[in-house]
Amino acid sequence: MLSVIETIWRVFLHLFRKRVTVQYPEQKPYLPPRWRGRIILSRDPDGGERCVGCYLCAVACPVDCIALQATEDQTGRRYPDFFRINFSRCIFCGYCEEACPTYAIQLTPDFEMGEYHRQNLVYEKEDLLIDGPGKYPGYNFWRVAGVKIGGKEKGEGQHEARPVDLRSLLP
Amino acid sequence: MTSPYPILTILGVLIVALSVAAGLIWLERRLLAGFQDRYGPNRVGPFGLLQVLADMIKIFMKEDWIPPFADRTVFVLAPAIIVVTVLMSFAVLPIAPGVIVSDLNIGLLFVLGMSSLGVYSVVLAGWASDNKYSLLGGLRASAQMLSYEVFMGLSLMGVVLLSGSFNLVRIVEAQRTLWFIVPQFLGFLLFLIAGVAETRRLPFDLPEAESELIAGYHSEYSGMKFGMFFVGEYLGVTLISALITILFFGGWLGPVLPPLLWFLAKMFFFICFFILLRAALPRPRFDQLMAWGWKVMLPLALANLLITGAVALAWSK
Repeated sequence: MLSVIETIWRVFLHLFRKRVTVQYPEQKPYLPPRWRGRIILSRDPDGGERCVGCYLCAVACPVDCIALQATEDQTGRRYPDFFRINFSRCIFCGYCEEACPTYAIQLTPDFEMGEYHRQNLVYEKEDLLIDGPGKYPGYNFWRVAGVKIGGKEKGEGQHEARPVDLRSLLP
Repeated sequence: MTSPYPILTILGVLIVALSVAAGLIWLERRLLAGFQDRYGPNRVGPFGLLQVLADMIKIFMKEDWIPPFADRTVFVLAPAIIVVTVLMSFAVLPIAPGVIVSDLNIGLLFVLGMSSLGVYSVVLAGWASDNKYSLLGGLRASAQMLSYEVFMGLSLMGVVLLSGSFNLVRIVEAQRTLWFIVPQFLGFLLFLIAGVAETRRLPFDLPEAESELIAGYHSEYSGMKFGMFFVGEYLGVTLISALITILFFGGWLGPVLPPLLWFLAKMFFFICFFILLRAALPRPRFDQLMAWGWKVMLPLALANLLITGAVALAWSK
């Protein structure tokens, strides 16, 4: 019987404790930089799309929410024709970011994506592409890849030697 | 001692009782949240006060569904009974000197009778729903009411002995020198426990026991019919708090402040206590509840009555 009264008293004292509630819209929680939120597609420092349309993100995605179609421009640079993420399916696991070989797809600390219509949760490439390089400021895939694209011949990339001329006798 | 405009008193009591019951929706959620280190509803209007309005709009817009297997007439009637019986009890409560709808000479008996009738609401709802959980809830309610009604009445007989009247106004007047909480402390405790059981509030909410019976007797109710049970429950809490105030804490009596304010303040205190009980205590098993009622509370109530009677007899000689 005494324990009952003690319980009542202790619960009563909770009235004067600090509240644990975060008053969300006014009081924003701290989101660390590695928070896995809304997915974006970044650009390299030159402003070109980083995505090379390798499909690795789509393969890695456990809920199949990424759809894309790779294509090439005249100079041989690959890019996605369309890139579509269905955020009503996305579970924000970050596997796509891990799979991406060019740091193109990245998860950002933003979760405020509420919509009144489910259709609006399907993000197209225009919705996903941002203007900056995201978490990797200096990185440019095409500058370190040994592939020839428009404006860059083979061997002109960073840390890259010119190709060996097999027909020359000189060492 | 009734006022010259009885219709005004009736309307006043009705409006105050119903708005207090509606306000309790907000108060209970805020207080429960407080006891759990949360804020509770604080978005709609100042301090979330308009939450009541939002809840009401919501519950009126809900689909009002009567299951095809239910006993229609009884099903519709049951929620009304609880509200009507509790509101009837409010008629004999003296809120301030002269503010009383009907100055009945057996006011206390009337209140007890009406609260007993209120059980029909729960039992009929459980029966008419034709659902095993509802029926179990109704059964539990009737058993619980039967056993707690007995010592509820007995615990109040001490007060009646001391004041020498069943009239609630006379009972309040008899507390001018000393509130009955002092000579009748045991009676107060017994009535408090019986009152909680009578309103089917936690820890005595076995008739609806969400974890066992889904929602007990109102499993099949929706929309405003469910809302009626809700209003009935809050009205019941208000009624029992008002009764405790009148019977043990001197009703409107108190220094400085106007009598109406005193009454409301005391009533408010006990309403808050009811909510605190809900936050603090777990629900007992049903056999524990029954054993408690018959083996502990009833003998205590009888002993209280005997001792009070003996003392009152010795005093009068």
